[in-house]
Amino acid sequence: MKIMNKRTGLIALFVLAILFPLIFQNDYYTHMLTLSFIWAIAVYGINLLAGYTGYLSLAHAGFFAIGAYSLGLLTVKAEMNFWPALVLACLITSVVGLLIGVIALRTKEHFFAIYTLCVGYIIYLVIDKWDGLTGGVRGLIGINAPSNIGPITFETAESQYYLVLTFLVVVIFVIYRIVHSLTGRTFLAIRNSEELAQTIGISTMKNKLTAFVLSTFFAGLAGALYASFVRFIGPDIGSTAIMFDLLMYLLVGGIGTLSGPLVGTLMLVILSQNLQFLQEYRMLIFGPILTLIIIFYPRGISGSFFDWKRKRRNQTGNVLKPIKVEEG
Amino acid sequence: MFIETKNLTKKFGGLAAVNKVDFHIEKGKINAIIGPNGAGKSTFFNLISGFHRPSSGTVLFKGTDITKLPANKIAGLGISRTFQTTSLFEQSTVLDNVIVGHRLRTKSNLFDAILRTKRLKREEKACRDKAMEVIEIVGLTHASDKMVASISQEEKKRTAIALALATDPEIIFLDEPAAGINSDETQGLINLIKQLNQRGLTICLIEHKMSMIMNLADHIMVLNYGEKIAEGTPKEISSNDDVIKAYLGGSASA
Ligand SMILES: Nc1ncnc2c1ncn2[C@@H]1O[C@H](COP(=O)(O)OP(=O)(O)O)[C@@H](O)[C@H]1O
Ligand SMILES: [Mg+2]
Repeated sequence: MKIMNKRTGLIALFVLAILFPLIFQNDYYTHMLTLSFIWAIAVYGINLLAGYTGYLSLAHAGFFAIGAYSLGLLTVKAEMNFWPALVLACLITSVVGLLIGVIALRTKEHFFAIYTLCVGYIIYLVIDKWDGLTGGVRGLIGINAPSNIGPITFETAESQYYLVLTFLVVVIFVIYRIVHSLTGRTFLAIRNSEELAQTIGISTMKNKLTAFVLSTFFAGLAGALYASFVRFIGPDIGSTAIMFDLLMYLLVGGIGTLSGPLVGTLMLVILSQNLQFLQEYRMLIFGPILTLIIIFYPRGISGSFFDWKRKRRNQTGNVLKPIKVEEG
Repeated sequence: MFIETKNLTKKFGGLAAVNKVDFHIEKGKINAIIGPNGAGKSTFFNLISGFHRPSSGTVLFKGTDITKLPANKIAGLGISRTFQTTSLFEQSTVLDNVIVGHRLRTKSNLFDAILRTKRLKREEKACRDKAMEVIEIVGLTHASDKMVASISQEEKKRTAIALALATDPEIIFLDEPAAGINSDETQGLINLIKQLNQRGLTICLIEHKMSMIMNLADHIMVLNYGEKIAEGTPKEISSNDDVIKAYLGGSASA
């Protein structure tokens, strides 16, 4: 019964997502939602590493930017078709991720966070200063929308919405599969205790690197989609400000949960759109909210919701049902 | 010789935590290492299991040099261990904690995970079956679905042993398995250790309470200030002057 409820809930959500542009017929909302989905893909990537493997990376806005610039440069300067460029952009980001991961993963905890923060900043600087390639502060303009697949074109807001929604669903599905597999259990064992993971024969470096590269892949994918959706990119997309936005989405939604990245991203993107008039001062509202959530709900909205449901189920006298941490 | 250490030494700064220790572990026996707190017992385990690199000396397993192998490779050879302080995943069930213990005997990778291949399903079942099997051996079947955070200290110790057993070891190193539990429960653990041994598992345990070891171990080594001061059967050990001195609060050199 429980599973039925969950499944019907998911199906309802999915149907809602499909119908959304048809119901609202409002390009602004469709556009905003598309953008949130793109950010959510990046947050899912960060979550796989930070939430399930225990390594908080602050370089992922940088990887997002690498994905975005790769796609932008490949389609604009190399005049490549969108689809091969998308694949290449993800690969380029993953390769850079691999090279950085090999070094970064020699550090742990706050050293890892600080190291990756520096890496992220360096990526930003390279993009900003390498005028000849990236266009520097002027940015890169004239990026095309995704090219058509046969008769399907991606010029309208709705079609782009559906394209991005498809990617998001696939990403969530892939991450669901990973998290609920032996590989996912291995990641969790590392998050729990690296020492213990090693004694039970897990090659921690190999697995951490897998999680790291995967997470950069998703960040790169999000970046590439962003570039072709917004059609203009500047170095700012790799800035620490973006990194902290992504991190905020993850923490508010629920780190280490499956629904957290989507919940957090949607909520905060919509909230910040509605607080647009406050401009830079939005942080005056977000700052305290974030602090309160971290103090009182360290597992974020999704995590706390499932904790609460579990408690309620136990109190109503049902058999003590085990909850896997992955739930949410 | 099953496991043998030769001249094994570990220095932390100026301090020799383990100093030129020659020791051998006999297959199929219950071996024990005793000594006062700070004698270097845990460090000795860390050297054998690959957590610390020795400053000098070698560790042999069935005659092959494993001194420089990383901890996960050593586990793969069938050498398993528990820690003095358990570091289980508290927010998860006993079963979920133990399942991953068999991961090292499986091969499925990321692609198996994404495609949910036959191999993954087969190996997931193998891990689950193995976990249930070892949970039964340690006597925790009734608690397999409980959260680790909600079980007793003694049950946590048993869970940690189950996790070590899930790796399919030939030898298991137990670091103070009875620390922090009462004497009734200690007797239960002693029985478990004997039972594991009867199943053919070689055991090496650390204990600083001499009483527990004396009617359990076949072969004992005594460490004091990092040095081996005695080795032999419980009878030999309990009548050894150096051991008595060390345990009566005197230093080894006294
Ligand atoms: N990682 C470490 N770094 C520095 N000193 C250590 C480390 N581990 C243990 N020691 C020191 O080595 C000595 C032996 O410790 P240990 O092996 O834990 O003793 P035992 O397990 O016999 O109580 C102690 O003096 C301890 O402080
Ligand atoms: Mg110790």
